[in-house]
Amino acid sequence: MAEFWTDYGFPLLIIIVQSLGLLVSVLLVVAYLLLADRKIWAAVQLRRGPNVVGAFGLLQSFADLAKFVLKEPVIPAGADRIVFLLAPVVTAVLALSAWAVMPIDDGWVVADINVGILYIFAISSLGVYGVIMGGWASNSKYPFLGALRSAAQMVSYEVSIGFVIITVLLCAGSLNLTEIVRAQDTQFGMFGWYWLPLLPMFVIFFVSALAETNRPPFDLPEAESELVAGFMVEYGSTPYMLFMLGEYVAITMMCAMMTVLFLGGWLPPFDVAPLNWVPGVIWFLLKLCFCFFLFARVKAIVPRYRYDQLMRLGWKIFLPTSLFMVVVVAGVLLFFDLAP
Amino acid sequence: MRETMNVILAEYLPLVIFFGIAIFIAVAIMIAPFLIAPSNPDPEKLSAYECGFPAFDDARMKFDVRFYLVAILFIIFDLEVAFLFPWAVAFKEAGVYGFWSMMIFLGILTIGFIYEWRKGALEWD
Repeated sequence: MAEFWTDYGFPLLIIIVQSLGLLVSVLLVVAYLLLADRKIWAAVQLRRGPNVVGAFGLLQSFADLAKFVLKEPVIPAGADRIVFLLAPVVTAVLALSAWAVMPIDDGWVVADINVGILYIFAISSLGVYGVIMGGWASNSKYPFLGALRSAAQMVSYEVSIGFVIITVLLCAGSLNLTEIVRAQDTQFGMFGWYWLPLLPMFVIFFVSALAETNRPPFDLPEAESELVAGFMVEYGSTPYMLFMLGEYVAITMMCAMMTVLFLGGWLPPFDVAPLNWVPGVIWFLLKLCFCFFLFARVKAIVPRYRYDQLMRLGWKIFLPTSLFMVVVVAGVLLFFDLAP
Repeated sequence: MRETMNVILAEYLPLVIFFGIAIFIAVAIMIAPFLIAPSNPDPEKLSAYECGFPAFDDARMKFDVRFYLVAILFIIFDLEVAFLFPWAVAFKEAGVYGFWSMMIFLGILTIGFIYEWRKGALEWD
């Protein structure tokens, strides 16, 4: 019996505690990023934003949670009940489970698998199913059209994200996210992180991430004036909340991806005395918040795209550019013998 | 052999547990309002939303074939990315030979891409 505990029981318990800890902290971070998003948006428009619940509105997200839980859940009469209820769960679970391989500090990762980035790529590709299922099962016209648009938009930008990831892989020589961050640990400090040598890819990744997560200025699926709220029209109560939660968790995930792939993950900007005393998690969170601040600023400032412009940008500009950059990066690495 | 297999599988155990906990959280949030929130449905509340009008016809309607085309193009390019993953990781080992093999592969795909572009498969108007 004692053997069973030392061999299986305790490792299992540790994994469960780690997973719960990471999930709860991700949800907490998302709750406050949501508030930050609304605050920044409000500040740009010279409003106050949410400021009633708690000091400075700090408890707003939790009040929203309580509100959603106490709302009446409505399932439309014509809807496919099972798929209708499955769709938000799929969206939220997929968005959350991508975090399992994300290293938030050196060695602080729940599942340190060799193919980490491939796993994230696969899981985020599956995210489109939640959208399609939700739109189709609602059996209503707005959600249906919104789901089609969302799906087309998400898959279009997925391709350029894939090519951007390939260029990072060429430079790092590993699919493991921890190894990718370690590969950026050079004597140049923050100028050795991949954002500088791969600057065009960083920009493409950022814009594609906006489109991939249906963020403004690419929030065409929920262009209020024509499709009301896109694929979420028929949803209310917590099913709706799970969609929004999934969306924000995916946005946070994209910020974390930018941090790990281009901004050196948990590494301090320079490996000098006061900076490297700060724990890696803090650097990781700071970089993540910086990326999210960019997301929030873009939402507040940039006007919305038209759908044909969106598709043109994805297929005719980003795809050829990123494909070309894969060839250039590979060629440079081969020619100067820099491959890791 | 069996040992190495177990080690590889053990790496994926945390993933399965993480998945399980994520499903538990999502389902718990999902079920909560069905248990504690009020529920008094009526036919108007349950009808499909169409700006206040009764729904005109079936929502399972025809849609633009372009969405279908985008999905097909996506499959081609996403597969291409999937082929690039192992190549990128083994770039040094593959050497000059590997580099030029992949360039030929990308070249063929680029010809296909140019063809699509000229045929107008990427136009939205």
